[in-house]
Amino acid sequence: MDVMSATLKPYLTAIRHTLEAAMCLENFNSQNVERHNKPEVEVKSSKELLLTPVVISRNEKEKVLIEGSINSLRISIAVKQSDEIEKILCHKFMRFMMMRAENFVVLRRKPVEGYDISFLITNFHTEQMFKHKLVDFIIHFMEEIDKEINEMKLAVNSRARLSAEEFLKRF
Amino acid sequence: MTEKQSFGVAPITCHSFSGDRNGLALSHNNNDVILYKKQAGKWVQKSELTEHGQRVTGIDWAPNSNIVVTCGADRNAYVWTQDKDEWKPHLVILRINRAATCVKWSPLENKFAVGSGARVISICYFEEENNWWVSKHIKKPIRSTITSVDWHPNNCLLAAGSTDFKARVFSAYVKEVDKKPAATSWGPKMTFGNNLAEFSTGGGGWVHCVSFSASGDKLAWVGHDSSIGVVNAANEQTLYTFKGKYLPFYGISWVTESSMVVVGFDCCPKLFTQRPNGEIEFVHDLDVPKEADESKMSAMNRFKNLDKKGVTGAESSTTLKTQHQNTIMQVSVYKGTKADCGSVATSGIDGQLIVWDLKSLEKSMSGLKIV
Repeated sequence: MDVMSATLKPYLTAIRHTLEAAMCLENFNSQNVERHNKPEVEVKSSKELLLTPVVISRNEKEKVLIEGSINSLRISIAVKQSDEIEKILCHKFMRFMMMRAENFVVLRRKPVEGYDISFLITNFHTEQMFKHKLVDFIIHFMEEIDKEINEMKLAVNSRARLSAEEFLKRF
Repeated sequence: MTEKQSFGVAPITCHSFSGDRNGLALSHNNNDVILYKKQAGKWVQKSELTEHGQRVTGIDWAPNSNIVVTCGADRNAYVWTQDKDEWKPHLVILRINRAATCVKWSPLENKFAVGSGARVISICYFEEENNWWVSKHIKKPIRSTITSVDWHPNNCLLAAGSTDFKARVFSAYVKEVDKKPAATSWGPKMTFGNNLAEFSTGGGGWVHCVSFSASGDKLAWVGHDSSIGVVNAANEQTLYTFKGKYLPFYGISWVTESSMVVVGFDCCPKLFTQRPNGEIEFVHDLDVPKEADESKMSAMNRFKNLDKKGVTGAESSTTLKTQHQNTIMQVSVYKGTKADCGSVATSGIDGQLIVWDLKSLEKSMSGLKIV
Protein backbone atom coordinates (compact mmCIF):
# COMPACT_ATOMS: atom_id res chain seq x y z
CA MET A 1 0.00 0.00 0.00
CA ASP A 2 1.57 3.30 -1.01
CA VAL A 3 1.31 6.69 0.65
CA MET A 4 -1.56 7.84 -1.54
CA SER A 5 -3.89 5.05 -0.56
CA ALA A 6 -2.94 5.56 3.09
CA THR A 7 -4.56 9.00 3.01
CA LEU A 8 -7.39 7.74 0.84
CA LYS A 9 -8.78 5.51 3.56
CA PRO A 10 -9.56 8.17 6.21
CA TYR A 11 -10.94 10.40 3.44
CA LEU A 12 -13.37 7.71 2.33
CA THR A 13 -14.24 6.81 5.93
CA ALA A 14 -15.18 10.41 6.65
CA ILE A 15 -17.34 10.47 3.53
CA ARG A 16 -18.98 7.17 4.46
CA HIS A 17 -19.99 8.39 7.92
CA THR A 18 -21.29 11.70 6.58
CA LEU A 19 -23.31 9.91 3.93
CA GLU A 20 -24.81 7.48 6.45
CA ALA A 21 -26.06 10.40 8.52
CA ALA A 22 -27.20 12.46 5.54
CA MET A 23 -29.10 9.57 3.97
CA CYS A 24 -31.83 9.64 6.61
CA LEU A 25 -34.55 10.73 4.22
CA GLU A 26 -38.34 10.67 4.35
CA ASN A 27 -41.13 11.23 1.89
CA PHE A 28 -41.98 14.90 2.17
CA ASN A 29 -44.61 16.73 0.15
CA SER A 30 -43.84 20.26 -0.95
CA GLN A 31 -45.20 22.88 1.41
CA ASN A 32 -44.92 25.55 -1.27
CA VAL A 33 -46.44 23.97 -4.35
CA GLU A 34 -49.77 22.23 -4.12
CA ARG A 35 -49.80 18.46 -4.81
CA HIS A 36 -46.10 18.36 -5.65
CA ASN A 37 -43.23 16.41 -4.19
CA LYS A 38 -39.84 17.90 -5.05
CA PRO A 39 -36.30 17.29 -3.85
CA GLU A 40 -35.86 20.11 -1.35
CA VAL A 41 -32.10 20.22 -1.86
CA GLU A 42 -32.71 21.25 -5.48
CA VAL A 43 -35.61 23.68 -5.09
CA LYS A 44 -34.32 25.24 -1.85
CA SER A 45 -37.67 26.91 -1.23
CA SER A 46 -37.86 26.39 2.53
CA LYS A 47 -34.77 27.22 4.50
CA GLU A 48 -35.72 25.11 7.52
CA LEU A 49 -35.80 21.91 5.45
CA LEU A 50 -32.13 22.13 4.42
CA LEU A 51 -29.14 20.85 6.36
CA THR A 52 -25.80 22.62 6.57
CA PRO A 53 -23.66 21.55 3.58
CA VAL A 54 -20.46 19.67 4.41
CA VAL A 55 -17.24 19.77 2.38
CA ILE A 56 -14.73 16.97 2.92
CA SER A 57 -11.44 17.52 1.13
CA ARG A 58 -8.37 15.36 0.82
CA ASN A 59 -6.33 18.11 -0.82
CA GLU A 60 -6.96 21.21 -2.88
CA LYS A 61 -8.19 19.32 -5.91
CA GLU A 62 -9.96 16.34 -4.43
CA LYS A 63 -13.04 17.16 -2.41
CA VAL A 64 -16.64 16.17 -1.86
CA LEU A 65 -19.62 18.41 -1.16
CA ILE A 66 -22.54 16.79 0.65
CA GLU A 67 -25.75 18.80 0.80
CA GLY A 68 -28.60 17.30 2.79
CA SER A 69 -32.28 18.07 3.15
CA ILE A 70 -35.40 16.42 4.51
CA ASN A 71 -36.13 14.31 1.43
CA SER A 72 -33.04 14.39 -0.75
CA LEU A 73 -29.30 14.71 -0.72
CA ARG A 74 -26.76 15.83 -3.25
CA ILE A 75 -23.20 14.56 -3.42
CA SER A 76 -20.76 16.43 -5.64
CA ILE A 77 -17.30 15.05 -6.27
CA ALA A 78 -14.21 16.86 -7.53
CA VAL A 79 -11.83 14.30 -9.02
CA LYS A 80 -8.05 14.64 -8.98
CA GLN A 81 -6.76 16.23 -12.18
CA SER A 82 -3.03 16.85 -11.95
CA ASP A 83 -2.26 17.59 -15.60
CA GLU A 84 -3.89 18.49 -18.90
CA ILE A 85 -4.38 14.95 -20.05
CA GLU A 86 -6.12 13.96 -16.80
CA LYS A 87 -8.34 17.01 -17.13
CA ILE A 88 -9.40 16.01 -20.64
CA LEU A 89 -9.91 12.38 -19.67
CA CYS A 90 -11.95 13.29 -16.63
CA HIS A 91 -14.11 15.70 -18.58
CA LYS A 92 -14.81 13.17 -21.34
CA PHE A 93 -15.50 10.37 -18.91
CA MET A 94 -17.94 12.38 -16.83
CA ARG A 95 -19.66 13.66 -19.94
CA PHE A 96 -20.08 10.10 -21.16
CA MET A 97 -21.80 9.09 -17.94
CA MET A 98 -23.93 12.16 -17.47
CA MET A 99 -25.35 11.88 -20.98
CA ARG A 100 -26.65 8.49 -19.83
CA ALA A 101 -27.74 9.76 -16.41
CA GLU A 102 -31.14 8.05 -16.39
CA ASN A 103 -29.43 4.65 -16.66
CA PHE A 104 -27.42 5.41 -13.55
CA VAL A 105 -30.57 6.29 -11.54
CA VAL A 106 -28.90 8.45 -8.90
CA LEU A 107 -26.68 10.47 -11.24
CA ARG A 108 -27.46 14.13 -11.84
CA ARG A 109 -27.35 15.43 -15.41
CA LYS A 110 -25.22 18.41 -14.55
CA PRO A 111 -22.56 18.73 -11.89
CA VAL A 112 -22.76 21.43 -9.24
CA GLU A 113 -20.56 24.45 -10.00
CA GLY A 114 -16.95 23.73 -9.10
CA TYR A 115 -17.31 19.94 -9.12
CA ASP A 116 -16.94 17.24 -11.77
CA ILE A 117 -19.89 15.00 -11.06
CA SER A 118 -23.00 15.15 -8.87
CA PHE A 119 -25.36 12.51 -7.53
CA LEU A 120 -28.89 13.24 -6.39
CA ILE A 121 -30.36 10.71 -3.98
CA THR A 122 -34.01 11.13 -2.99
CA ASN A 123 -36.26 9.31 -0.57
CA PHE A 124 -37.60 7.30 -3.51
CA HIS A 125 -34.15 5.80 -4.00
CA THR A 126 -33.74 4.96 -0.32
CA GLU A 127 -37.18 3.31 -0.39
CA GLN A 128 -36.32 1.12 -3.38
CA MET A 129 -32.73 0.35 -2.50
CA PHE A 130 -30.85 -0.50 0.66
CA LYS A 131 -29.42 2.59 2.28
CA HIS A 132 -26.13 0.97 3.22
CA LYS A 133 -25.72 -0.34 -0.32
CA LEU A 134 -26.21 3.17 -1.75
CA VAL A 135 -23.44 4.41 0.52
CA ASP A 136 -21.27 1.49 -0.58
CA PHE A 137 -21.92 2.42 -4.20
CA ILE A 138 -20.78 6.02 -3.80
CA ILE A 139 -17.63 4.96 -1.94
CA HIS A 140 -16.91 2.27 -4.52
CA PHE A 141 -17.40 4.79 -7.30
CA MET A 142 -14.86 7.13 -5.70
CA GLU A 143 -12.37 4.32 -5.26
CA GLU A 144 -12.72 3.28 -8.87
CA ILE A 145 -12.76 6.63 -10.57
CA ASP A 146 -9.12 7.45 -9.75
CA LYS A 147 -8.03 4.00 -10.84
CA GLU A 148 -10.01 4.29 -14.05
CA ILE A 149 -8.53 7.63 -14.99
CA ASN A 150 -5.00 6.45 -14.20
CA GLU A 151 -5.49 3.42 -16.40
CA MET A 152 -6.88 5.50 -19.22
CA LYS A 153 -3.96 7.85 -18.94
CA LEU A 154 -1.52 4.96 -19.22
CA ALA A 155 -3.41 3.60 -22.20
CA VAL A 156 -3.37 6.98 -23.94
CA ASN A 157 0.35 7.40 -23.27
CA SER A 158 1.33 3.97 -24.53
CA ARG A 159 -0.83 4.38 -27.59
CA ALA A 160 0.75 7.75 -28.27
CA ARG A 161 4.19 6.20 -27.94
CA LEU A 162 3.31 3.40 -30.32
CA SER A 163 1.91 5.67 -32.97
CA ALA A 164 4.83 8.06 -32.65
CA GLU A 165 7.20 5.12 -33.14
CA GLU A 166 5.32 3.94 -36.17
CA PHE A 167 5.28 7.44 -37.57
CA LEU A 168 8.99 8.08 -37.01
CA LYS A 169 9.94 4.77 -38.70
CA ARG A 170 9.30 6.47 -42.02
CA PHE A 171 12.20 8.88 -41.62
CA MET B 1 -40.89 -13.19 21.13
CA THR B 2 -41.51 -11.46 17.85
CA GLU B 3 -44.14 -12.03 15.23
CA LYS B 4 -42.99 -11.01 11.82
CA GLN B 5 -44.93 -10.64 8.62
CA SER B 6 -43.73 -9.21 5.36
CA PHE B 7 -46.21 -7.37 3.14
CA GLY B 8 -44.05 -7.24 0.03
CA VAL B 9 -41.21 -4.98 -0.98
CA ALA B 10 -43.11 -1.68 -0.94
CA PRO B 11 -42.66 0.48 2.17
CA ILE B 12 -45.42 0.52 4.77
CA THR B 13 -46.18 4.21 5.10
CA CYS B 14 -48.40 3.87 8.15
CA HIS B 15 -50.44 1.29 9.97
CA SER B 16 -53.25 1.16 12.50
CA PHE B 17 -54.95 -1.67 14.38
CA SER B 18 -58.62 -2.08 15.16
CA GLY B 19 -59.76 -2.06 18.79
CA ASP B 20 -59.95 -5.87 19.10
CA ARG B 21 -56.54 -6.17 17.35
CA ASN B 22 -58.00 -8.51 14.74
CA GLY B 23 -58.01 -5.86 12.06
CA LEU B 24 -55.09 -4.02 10.51
CA ALA B 25 -55.17 -1.10 8.12
CA LEU B 26 -52.05 -0.17 6.23
CA SER B 27 -50.88 1.68 3.20
CA HIS B 28 -48.17 0.40 0.89
CA ASN B 29 -46.82 3.82 -0.01
CA ASN B 30 -49.57 4.39 -2.58
CA ASN B 31 -53.08 5.82 -2.73
CA ASP B 32 -54.90 2.74 -1.39
CA VAL B 33 -55.54 1.61 2.14
CA ILE B 34 -55.68 -2.16 2.59
CA LEU B 35 -57.56 -3.75 5.46
CA TYR B 36 -56.31 -7.07 6.79
CA LYS B 37 -57.91 -9.55 9.13
CA LYS B 38 -56.04 -11.92 11.40
CA GLN B 39 -56.71 -15.54 10.49
CA ALA B 40 -54.73 -18.34 12.12
CA GLY B 41 -51.96 -15.99 13.14
CA LYS B 42 -51.56 -14.44 9.67
CA TRP B 43 -52.84 -11.18 8.27
CA VAL B 44 -55.16 -11.89 5.32
CA GLN B 45 -56.33 -9.14 3.00
CA LYS B 46 -60.03 -8.34 3.41
CA SER B 47 -60.91 -5.09 1.69
CA GLU B 48 -59.44 -2.09 -0.07
CA LEU B 49 -60.30 1.51 0.62
CA THR B 50 -59.76 3.33 -2.67
CA GLU B 51 -60.72 6.96 -2.69
CA HIS B 52 -57.50 8.91 -2.28
CA GLY B 53 -55.92 10.40 -5.39
CA GLN B 54 -52.40 10.52 -4.03
CA ARG B 55 -50.27 8.71 -1.47
CA VAL B 56 -51.97 7.98 1.86
CA THR B 57 -50.01 9.56 4.70
CA GLY B 58 -52.03 8.72 7.80
CA ILE B 59 -54.47 6.08 9.04
CA ASP B 60 -56.21 5.83 12.38
CA TRP B 61 -58.70 3.14 13.34
CA ALA B 62 -60.92 4.21 16.23
CA PRO B 63 -60.88 1.34 18.76
CA ASN B 64 -64.39 1.75 20.17
CA SER B 65 -66.54 3.13 17.36
CA ASN B 66 -64.75 1.05 14.68
CA ILE B 67 -64.44 3.99 12.26
CA VAL B 68 -61.34 4.44 10.11
CA VAL B 69 -60.02 7.86 9.20
CA THR B 70 -57.38 8.29 6.50
CA CYS B 71 -55.59 11.31 5.12
CA GLY B 72 -53.37 11.72 2.10
CA ALA B 73 -51.09 13.87 0.01
CA ASP B 74 -54.11 14.82 -2.13
CA ARG B 75 -55.13 17.25 0.69
CA ASN B 76 -58.16 15.15 1.64
CA ALA B 77 -59.24 13.07 4.57
CA TYR B 78 -61.97 10.41 4.52
CA VAL B 79 -63.93 8.88 7.34
CA TRP B 80 -64.78 5.23 6.60
CA THR B 81 -67.73 3.52 8.26
CA GLN B 82 -68.43 -0.17 7.98
CA ASP B 83 -71.74 -1.33 6.56
CA LYS B 84 -71.65 -5.15 6.72
CA ASP B 85 -68.67 -5.95 4.49
CA GLU B 86 -68.60 -2.60 2.74
CA TRP B 87 -66.62 0.41 3.87
CA LYS B 88 -68.25 3.72 2.95
CA PRO B 89 -66.14 6.84 2.57
CA HIS B 90 -67.25 10.20 3.87
CA LEU B 91 -65.29 13.25 2.74
CA VAL B 92 -64.01 15.62 5.39
CA ILE B 93 -63.83 19.31 4.64
CA LEU B 94 -60.30 20.05 5.78
CA ARG B 95 -59.91 23.44 4.05
CA ILE B 96 -56.17 22.94 3.50
CA ASN B 97 -54.25 23.51 0.29
CA ARG B 98 -51.21 21.31 0.94
CA ALA B 99 -50.72 17.63 1.69
CA ALA B 100 -52.18 16.23 4.90
CA THR B 101 -49.43 14.45 6.83
CA CYS B 102 -50.91 12.74 9.88
CA VAL B 103 -54.25 11.97 11.50
CA LYS B 104 -55.30 10.90 14.99
CA TRP B 105 -58.66 10.24 16.68
CA SER B 106 -59.22 11.92 20.01
CA PRO B 107 -59.61 9.52 22.99
CA LEU B 108 -63.42 9.95 23.03
CA GLU B 109 -63.52 9.50 19.22
CA ASN B 110 -65.81 12.49 18.70
CA LYS B 111 -63.18 14.45 16.75
CA PHE B 112 -59.82 14.00 15.12
CA ALA B 113 -56.79 16.10 14.30
CA VAL B 114 -55.14 16.31 10.87
CA GLY B 115 -51.69 17.83 10.49
CA SER B 116 -50.69 19.26 7.14
CA GLY B 117 -48.04 20.91 5.03
CA ALA B 118 -50.20 24.04 4.93
CA ARG B 119 -48.82 24.90 8.40
CA VAL B 120 -52.18 24.29 10.07
CA ILE B 121 -53.78 21.59 12.15
CA SER B 122 -57.41 20.86 11.31
CA ILE B 123 -59.53 19.72 14.21
CA CYS B 124 -62.48 17.90 12.61
CA TYR B 125 -65.82 17.04 14.18
CA PHE B 126 -69.20 15.84 12.95
CA GLU B 127 -71.92 18.38 12.34
CA GLU B 128 -75.31 16.66 12.72
CA GLU B 129 -77.51 19.22 10.95
CA ASN B 130 -75.44 19.24 7.75
CA ASN B 131 -74.42 15.59 8.05
CA TRP B 132 -70.74 16.23 7.32
CA TRP B 133 -67.34 16.50 8.98
CA VAL B 134 -66.19 20.11 9.37
CA SER B 135 -62.93 21.47 10.69
CA LYS B 136 -61.47 24.27 12.74
CA HIS B 137 -57.90 25.42 12.19
CA ILE B 138 -55.03 25.87 14.61
CA LYS B 139 -52.65 28.22 12.82
CA LYS B 140 -50.46 30.13 15.19
CA PRO B 141 -47.52 29.94 15.76
CA ILE B 142 -46.81 27.01 13.39
CA ARG B 143 -44.15 27.93 10.84
CA SER B 144 -43.63 24.72 8.91
CA THR B 145 -45.13 21.31 8.06
CA ILE B 146 -46.77 19.42 10.92
CA THR B 147 -45.19 15.97 11.13
CA SER B 148 -47.17 14.28 13.89
CA VAL B 149 -49.95 14.84 16.41
CA ASP B 150 -50.99 13.12 19.62
CA TRP B 151 -53.96 13.61 21.96
CA HIS B 152 -53.90 14.18 25.70
CA PRO B 153 -56.21 11.70 27.56
CA ASN B 154 -58.54 14.57 28.56
CA ASN B 155 -59.71 14.76 24.90
CA CYS B 156 -58.94 18.50 24.66
CA LEU B 157 -55.17 18.98 24.54
CA LEU B 158 -53.18 18.17 21.44
CA ALA B 159 -49.43 17.83 21.00
CA ALA B 160 -47.93 18.54 17.60
CA GLY B 161 -44.42 18.19 16.20
CA SER B 162 -43.30 20.22 13.26
CA THR B 163 -40.35 20.70 10.88
CA ASP B 164 -39.77 24.15 12.41
CA PHE B 165 -37.86 22.22 15.16
CA LYS B 166 -40.58 22.68 17.79
CA ALA B 167 -42.94 20.44 19.75
CA ARG B 168 -46.04 22.26 20.95
CA VAL B 169 -49.11 21.69 23.08
CA PHE B 170 -52.35 23.26 21.89
CA SER B 171 -55.84 23.40 23.23
CA ALA B 172 -58.18 21.67 20.80
CA TYR B 173 -61.32 22.18 22.86
CA VAL B 174 -64.29 22.42 20.50
CA LYS B 175 -67.31 23.76 22.33
CA GLU B 176 -69.73 22.17 19.84
CA VAL B 177 -68.80 18.63 20.86
CA ASP B 178 -66.85 18.83 24.15
CA LYS B 179 -67.80 19.45 27.72
CA LYS B 180 -65.77 22.21 29.32
CA PRO B 181 -62.56 20.52 30.50
CA ALA B 182 -60.97 21.01 33.90
CA ALA B 183 -57.59 22.71 34.05
CA THR B 184 -54.66 20.34 33.55
CA SER B 185 -51.02 20.50 34.53
CA TRP B 186 -50.32 22.11 31.15
CA GLY B 187 -52.21 25.31 32.00
CA PRO B 188 -55.70 26.64 32.67
CA LYS B 189 -56.52 28.58 29.48
CA MET B 190 -58.52 26.24 27.26
CA THR B 191 -59.81 28.47 24.46
CA PHE B 192 -59.53 26.76 21.08
CA GLY B 193 -56.13 27.08 19.42
CA ASN B 194 -54.36 28.42 22.48
CA ASN B 195 -50.67 27.42 22.44
CA LEU B 196 -50.04 26.23 25.99
CA ALA B 197 -46.42 25.24 25.63
CA GLU B 198 -43.62 25.21 23.09
CA PHE B 199 -40.39 23.22 23.36
CA SER B 200 -37.22 22.72 21.40
CA THR B 201 -34.25 20.49 22.16
CA GLY B 202 -32.08 23.30 20.92
CA GLY B 203 -30.25 21.32 18.27
CA GLY B 204 -32.38 22.36 15.37
CA GLY B 205 -33.74 19.00 14.26
CA TRP B 206 -37.10 18.41 12.62
CA VAL B 207 -39.47 16.89 15.14
CA HIS B 208 -40.56 13.54 13.69
CA CYS B 209 -42.92 12.19 16.33
CA VAL B 210 -44.63 13.29 19.56
CA SER B 211 -46.26 11.18 22.27
CA PHE B 212 -48.19 11.96 25.43
CA SER B 213 -47.77 9.50 28.29
CA ALA B 214 -50.82 7.65 29.59
CA SER B 215 -51.41 10.16 32.38
CA GLY B 216 -50.95 13.06 29.97
CA ASP B 217 -48.44 14.73 32.26
CA LYS B 218 -45.39 13.82 30.20
CA LEU B 219 -44.73 14.72 26.60
CA ALA B 220 -41.94 13.04 24.67
CA TRP B 221 -40.72 13.74 21.16
CA VAL B 222 -37.91 12.67 18.85
CA GLY B 223 -36.07 14.87 16.39
CA HIS B 224 -33.73 14.66 13.45
CA ASP B 225 -30.83 15.77 15.65
CA SER B 226 -30.93 12.21 17.13
CA SER B 227 -32.44 13.55 20.31
CA ILE B 228 -35.25 12.55 22.60
CA GLY B 229 -36.95 15.30 24.58
CA VAL B 230 -39.21 14.70 27.57
CA VAL B 231 -41.15 17.34 29.48
CA ASN B 232 -43.06 16.68 32.67
CA ALA B 233 -45.85 19.21 33.14
CA ALA B 234 -46.45 18.16 36.73
CA ASN B 235 -42.82 19.07 37.42
CA GLU B 236 -42.79 22.72 36.24
CA GLN B 237 -42.29 21.66 32.63
CA THR B 238 -38.59 20.96 33.03
CA LEU B 239 -37.08 19.78 29.77
CA TYR B 240 -34.79 16.76 29.71
CA THR B 241 -33.04 15.76 26.53
CA PHE B 242 -31.06 12.76 25.46
CA LYS B 243 -28.56 12.91 22.65
CA GLY B 244 -26.90 9.72 21.54
CA LYS B 245 -24.57 8.52 18.86
CA TYR B 246 -27.44 6.88 17.00
CA LEU B 247 -28.95 7.79 13.66
CA PRO B 248 -32.05 10.01 13.99
CA PHE B 249 -35.21 8.51 15.48
CA TYR B 250 -38.48 8.57 13.58
CA GLY B 251 -41.12 7.27 15.97
CA ILE B 252 -41.74 7.13 19.71
CA SER B 253 -44.35 5.61 21.98
CA TRP B 254 -44.64 5.38 25.74
CA VAL B 255 -44.93 1.81 27.04
CA THR B 256 -45.19 2.63 30.75
CA GLU B 257 -45.41 5.95 32.59
CA SER B 258 -41.61 6.25 32.50
CA SER B 259 -40.39 4.05 29.64
CA MET B 260 -40.63 4.55 25.91
CA VAL B 261 -39.79 2.63 22.77
CA VAL B 262 -38.15 4.62 20.00
CA VAL B 263 -37.56 3.53 16.41
CA GLY B 264 -35.89 5.14 13.46
CA PHE B 265 -33.15 5.10 10.87
CA ASP B 266 -31.09 2.64 12.93
CA CYS B 267 -33.58 -0.11 11.97
CA CYS B 268 -33.62 -1.33 15.58
CA PRO B 269 -36.24 -0.45 18.23
CA LYS B 270 -34.69 0.81 21.45
CA LEU B 271 -36.01 1.14 24.96
CA PHE B 272 -35.40 4.32 26.93
CA THR B 273 -36.36 5.16 30.48
CA GLN B 274 -36.78 8.40 32.35
CA ARG B 275 -35.27 8.02 35.81
CA PRO B 276 -37.07 9.56 38.84
CA ASN B 277 -34.51 12.41 38.77
CA GLY B 278 -35.56 13.20 35.21
CA GLU B 279 -32.54 11.92 33.31
CA ILE B 280 -33.31 9.91 30.19
CA GLU B 281 -31.34 6.72 29.90
CA PHE B 282 -30.83 4.14 27.19
CA VAL B 283 -31.84 0.72 28.52
CA HIS B 284 -31.51 -1.87 25.78
CA ASP B 285 -32.06 -2.70 22.13
CA LEU B 286 -35.20 -4.74 21.58
CA ASP B 287 -33.56 -6.39 18.60
CA VAL B 288 -30.36 -8.16 19.57
CA PRO B 289 -29.07 -10.09 16.57
CA LYS B 290 -27.81 -13.59 17.07
CA GLU B 291 -24.05 -13.58 16.74
CA ALA B 292 -23.41 -14.78 13.23
CA ASP B 293 -20.30 -16.89 13.17
CA GLU B 294 -18.22 -15.34 10.44
CA SER B 295 -15.38 -17.84 10.69
CA LYS B 296 -17.75 -20.50 9.46
CA MET B 297 -17.85 -19.03 5.96
CA SER B 298 -17.11 -21.90 3.65
CA ALA B 299 -14.23 -21.77 1.21
CA MET B 300 -16.65 -22.03 -1.65
CA ASN B 301 -18.64 -19.02 -0.45
CA ARG B 302 -15.46 -17.08 0.03
CA PHE B 303 -14.42 -17.59 -3.57
CA LYS B 304 -17.93 -16.99 -4.80
CA ASN B 305 -17.92 -13.63 -3.03
CA LEU B 306 -14.49 -12.84 -4.35
CA ASP B 307 -15.62 -13.61 -7.86
CA LYS B 308 -18.95 -11.82 -7.73
CA LYS B 309 -18.18 -8.73 -5.69
CA GLY B 310 -14.41 -8.61 -5.54
CA VAL B 311 -14.33 -8.64 -1.75
CA THR B 312 -13.36 -11.19 0.84
CA GLY B 313 -15.29 -11.96 3.97
CA ALA B 314 -18.89 -11.21 4.83
CA GLU B 315 -18.31 -7.47 5.05
CA SER B 316 -20.35 -6.65 1.99
CA SER B 317 -23.40 -8.70 2.91
CA THR B 318 -26.62 -7.15 1.71
CA THR B 319 -28.78 -8.10 4.67
CA LEU B 320 -28.57 -6.15 7.88
CA LYS B 321 -28.25 -7.98 11.16
CA THR B 322 -31.41 -6.39 12.52
CA GLN B 323 -34.86 -7.84 11.84
CA HIS B 324 -36.02 -4.72 10.04
CA GLN B 325 -33.99 -4.29 6.89
CA ASN B 326 -34.66 -0.58 6.44
CA THR B 327 -35.84 2.47 8.35
CA ILE B 328 -38.67 1.87 10.82
CA MET B 329 -41.36 4.47 10.24
CA GLN B 330 -43.86 3.83 13.00
CA VAL B 331 -44.22 2.22 16.39
CA SER B 332 -47.61 1.60 17.99
CA VAL B 333 -48.96 -0.12 21.06
CA TYR B 334 -50.31 -3.55 20.07
CA LYS B 335 -51.25 -5.18 23.36
CA GLY B 336 -52.15 -3.26 26.51
CA THR B 337 -52.12 0.50 26.83
CA LYS B 338 -49.52 3.25 26.98
CA ALA B 339 -49.57 2.84 30.78
CA ASP B 340 -48.78 -0.86 30.75
CA CYS B 341 -47.88 -2.11 27.32
CA GLY B 342 -47.61 -5.83 26.58
CA SER B 343 -46.32 -5.62 23.04
CA VAL B 344 -45.55 -3.01 20.41
CA ALA B 345 -45.80 -3.18 16.63
CA THR B 346 -43.30 -1.60 14.27
CA SER B 347 -43.53 -1.12 10.52
CA GLY B 348 -41.00 0.25 8.11
CA ILE B 349 -39.69 0.90 4.64
CA ASP B 350 -38.75 -2.75 4.22
CA GLY B 351 -42.46 -3.67 4.08
CA GLN B 352 -42.43 -5.66 7.31
CA LEU B 353 -44.67 -5.45 10.34
CA ILE B 354 -43.10 -6.87 13.48
CA VAL B 355 -44.82 -7.34 16.82
CA TRP B 356 -42.43 -7.29 19.79
CA ASP B 357 -43.62 -9.02 22.94
CA LEU B 358 -42.09 -6.82 25.63
CA LYS B 359 -42.86 -9.15 28.52
CA SER B 360 -41.09 -12.17 27.05
CA LEU B 361 -38.22 -10.01 25.75
CA GLU B 362 -37.78 -8.71 29.29
CA LYS B 363 -37.50 -12.27 30.55
CA SER B 364 -34.97 -13.34 27.94
CA MET B 365 -32.61 -10.35 28.05
CA SER B 366 -30.78 -9.68 31.27
CA GLY B 367 -30.15 -5.99 30.54
CA LEU B 368 -33.74 -5.25 29.62
CA LYS B 369 -35.81 -4.01 32.54
CA ILE B 370 -39.00 -2.14 31.82
CA VAL B 371 -39.98 0.15 34.68
